[in-house]
Amino acid sequence: MLAVTLGDAFAMPAAQPICGCTDLTHEDVRRLIKARELKSQPAVWQELGWRTPNGCHVCRPAVNFYLLADGPLEYQDDPQSRFVNERKHANIQKDGTFSVVPRMWGGITSASELRAIADAAEKYDVPTVKVTGGQRIDLLGVKGEDLPAMWADLNAAGLVSGHAYSKGLRTVKTCVGTDHCRFGTQDSTGLGIRLEKRLWGSWTPHKVKLAVSGCPRNCAEATCKDVGIVCVDSGYEIGVGGAAGMDVKEVERLVKVATEGEAVEWTVAFVQLYREHARYLDRPYKWLGKVGLDWVKETLGDAATRRALVERFDLSQTIYQTDPWAELAVREKARAFAPIADLTLEAAQ
Amino acid sequence: MSWIDIGALDDIPLRGARMVKTRAGCVALFRTAEAEIFATSNTCAHKGGPLAEGIVHGRRVTCPLHNWVYSLETGEVQGADEGRIATYPVRVEEGRVLIDGDAIGKRSAA
Ligand code: SF4
Ligand code: FES
Repeated sequence: MLAVTLGDAFAMPAAQPICGCTDLTHEDVRRLIKARELKSQPAVWQELGWRTPNGCHVCRPAVNFYLLADGPLEYQDDPQSRFVNERKHANIQKDGTFSVVPRMWGGITSASELRAIADAAEKYDVPTVKVTGGQRIDLLGVKGEDLPAMWADLNAAGLVSGHAYSKGLRTVKTCVGTDHCRFGTQDSTGLGIRLEKRLWGSWTPHKVKLAVSGCPRNCAEATCKDVGIVCVDSGYEIGVGGAAGMDVKEVERLVKVATEGEAVEWTVAFVQLYREHARYLDRPYKWLGKVGLDWVKETLGDAATRRALVERFDLSQTIYQTDPWAELAVREKARAFAPIADLTLEAAQ
Repeated sequence: MSWIDIGALDDIPLRGARMVKTRAGCVALFRTAEAEIFATSNTCAHKGGPLAEGIVHGRRVTCPLHNWVYSLETGEVQGADEGRIATYPVRVEEGRVLIDGDAIGKRSAA
């Protein structure tokens, strides 16, 4: 058809393969993993005819994500297929040191948490302590081998990883809402905390940031988030596909709901739909640009589909909602953060 | 050559790496297959990125900072970028990893 309209010279642009290891696109691979029930990376490389023995730095993280998103119970996450930040659970800085960001649920903290953070900053000689745009505290310039001990100290004070390094849930920014603000229409802080507690730990195609504002004055800047909720007297307006990075995008209205419970259900279902369909490294706005907001509205508009998505999300969370700091701070795992040997220490001859 | 025992093979994850401090600087040990290890400088020739933190694929590693790809066999940068890092003789024996002490500026105690 197109050839007829556009003449013989027209050739369909070849779909962009994931990388040099294969001719398949991301979409092909996602589809084939489901259709052929592939459960491991070696199965993907073999069955789908990879040209390299075990992929490369481009396809390995993508395939690892697709497998864990589709089969949370069968597939085991492969740290060696993750970018250093997700393997070390800290952000690598340009000088090879790391930054550490504890989670602050909905941006709320306490004197004792702040004291624990201050103590850790002093104990490990942290050169820079910075407040982030996501309403938490970033400890920058931590040496790789100090990470496990620092995490153990922060864990002891009840702090867990903020996943500031992950393609996963980052922050849920909130304003003070009805708790303190005279304009507040709903408990925006409470809803933010509830959402963060439900979503934290989940892996997504790219990072996901949320915000909840207590009224249309929008102090939490919810209209430029992947999911942004604006509270109004009659309920909750849920917008999706916002961004404030290389691209700046305002959210588009997904739905307006009357209760907090519905707001949580729609948000979780939206995130799961994104996890199941988006291409690795596409933020929600990019994915929405491809599938269209109408398709997403229609899919999520069906109550049974929505519930099924929420169920699948919660199932995945039974595996992945764990604090990586607590897991890695234990002795055997912590050893991997130190050099395997130090030959400079042995006595000179 | 004088071989120095660095540690157990299984302390290096498959398709992963560990770092060892030596008098000649930090050296990265890469485990590219069940019983195959390569040793190179840990320092990327571009801006010094820590190569032991990179993704290991085939007999290559990708620097975690700006994605330069190195051949672990030659130490040479692949593709359009140009550069080279030092490689060191290393071998695996009975589940242990041994590195050439002469090459890293340290003789074995033996
Ligand atoms: S968004 Fe509205 S409720 Fe929230 S702090 Fe601002 S004015 Fe108050
Ligand atoms: S420092 Fe290694 S690629 Fe730039």
